[in-house]
Amino acid sequence: MAVQVRGEILDVRRAGAYHVLSLTAPGISENVKPGQFLTLGIGGEESSMLLRRAFAIHRVQSRGVYGGTLDIVVGVHGKGTKWLVDRRRHDPIDIVGPLGRPFVLPKEPVSTVLVGGGYGSAPLFMLAEQLRERGCRVDVILGAATEEKLFGALELKRLASTLTITTDDGSLGQRGRVTDVLGSLMQANDTAVVYACGPMPMLQRVAEIASDQQAYSQCAVEEAMACGIGVCMTCVLPVIGEDGVTRMLRACTEGPVFRGDRVRWSDVGTIPPDTLGAPTAGGH
Amino acid sequence: MTRALIKGPVGDAALPEVDMSTSLGGLALPAPILTASGCAASGRELDQFFDLTSIGAIVTKSIMLNPRSGRATPRMAETPSGMLNSIGLQGPGIDRFIEHDLAWLEERGARVIVSIAGGTVDEYGKLAARLRTVRSVAAIEVNISCPNVEDRGQVFACRAGSASDVVHAVRRHSDPRMPLFAKLSPDVTDIVEITDAVVRAGATGVSVINTVLGMVIDTDTMRPHLAGVTGGLSGPAIRPVAVRCIWQIRQAFPQLPIIGMGGVRSGKDALEFVLAGANAVSVGTAVFHDPSAPSRIQIELQRALGARGFRRFVDAVGFAHRPADLPREEDPDEFDFISE
Repeated sequence: MAVQVRGEILDVRRAGAYHVLSLTAPGISENVKPGQFLTLGIGGEESSMLLRRAFAIHRVQSRGVYGGTLDIVVGVHGKGTKWLVDRRRHDPIDIVGPLGRPFVLPKEPVSTVLVGGGYGSAPLFMLAEQLRERGCRVDVILGAATEEKLFGALELKRLASTLTITTDDGSLGQRGRVTDVLGSLMQANDTAVVYACGPMPMLQRVAEIASDQQAYSQCAVEEAMACGIGVCMTCVLPVIGEDGVTRMLRACTEGPVFRGDRVRWSDVGTIPPDTLGAPTAGGH
Repeated sequence: MTRALIKGPVGDAALPEVDMSTSLGGLALPAPILTASGCAASGRELDQFFDLTSIGAIVTKSIMLNPRSGRATPRMAETPSGMLNSIGLQGPGIDRFIEHDLAWLEERGARVIVSIAGGTVDEYGKLAARLRTVRSVAAIEVNISCPNVEDRGQVFACRAGSASDVVHAVRRHSDPRMPLFAKLSPDVTDIVEITDAVVRAGATGVSVINTVLGMVIDTDTMRPHLAGVTGGLSGPAIRPVAVRCIWQIRQAFPQLPIIGMGGVRSGKDALEFVLAGANAVSVGTAVFHDPSAPSRIQIELQRALGARGFRRFVDAVGFAHRPADLPREEDPDEFDFISE
């Protein structure tokens, strides 16, 4: 269950192209599972920016002088995220969380690969820790356009059996995409589950590679949201259900983690004609 | 926003004693704040943030006869003090809604106003007939003004004739005692004329306003931002439009039950609607910003009424319409605005 709390900014620090924000979030940080997210109210009480901003929860600390605290990773894309990274220590912040369905963890100590695109690596830290605790092998692939846009490489190296880095421009690691190296890494380590977070085209390719190798994939999507709690219906994507029927599901409450083989990646942004309740020839 | 971050009473001061009950044409409600259709789904998601039974009623997202996928994404754009949406009435269809959503709301003990939407006059009639068998429906809001339909000519609320046809069909298929509220569009030349038409067709009252038709163009892609091209503008940006519509309708119809909505974000905003003539106020887009907004706004409204010397909510309804020479009992300068 999610709660709404008034938290406080503890720290804002740069990390390459991103900012890491530490927040007090009593009542939230104790209950977070890997892959879940939170939303923040932006701009204060009289803000002209009405929509909350959603962030994957990067890490949590449930005890300490501040009670529960947690970290998120912010990329500045517009006015709202700019406002956020300009906060100072002790500024109040309205937090709702934890939200969404988390990554599903394997019961057996199987071999896993974690794939992060850009700051999509943020939710993978907690996941890597919990997989390790279950005795899973954890290989990590991080990719970004440039070295600056990688997040958390050093720390993930400590958590992972192996860390592979790719950059589009070759500024660090192998030149190319995460999906260029995923297949061979899976073969080498007999991977059973792939976990991924990043842009849609990356998730699509990850899901395809996993399916080709008869592995499960768990993909955390980044869809534009207005409310984050399941009432506005803006963050939908076409997903095939257990009954074989495609429905427009909310990324916030039915995701953000989906089985890769269930999402109709090529159709994201559209209503496939065979979706439940799709417009007929005459239109809606 | 920062006032109601933890569940429980807002602020430390005791609430002033104000009778918050209201009446919507035979429907008695213990409190005047409602959710707005389309901004609360069917209530369940909000129950974790505030007690659904503490507000006047839950107005559910407009339901259609059949399951509906809604429109492609992007469905939303943030705009100054507002947002533009083009959801396209995504929903499970009336049967699943009754079995699943209404049953849950009934079990939860919430009062429910069901919003219905149809593509044809006939569909509205069928929806009303289907709801006739459901006990837990306190009132029906007839959404004749959703701007996100393929054919803008289908916005029934834009013409008196089509608005009247729909309401007439719903009235004919509903229990004669069922309160019916026609939800109107502000995108008309004369909203009083449309109100007159729906009242003659059997509406108990009106809900004003639905979103204002708008559009955003992405200056990077240099194309319309929404997949549906146009969308409905909501939020504080449209609040003065809503106040004007409520005012005009109240002036023309002194006794008509009016549910007001459109950009209400605080108790003071809600008070503005009440003073203009609203008998109840729906909270919509504010929920996206603050999921506990309906309960917070209700408490803020009670404080605002108490601070202005009102002992009963109903006494404030339409109060801004009083003749200029009618003095208040107290000097406004003495009101304690800081305590709000």
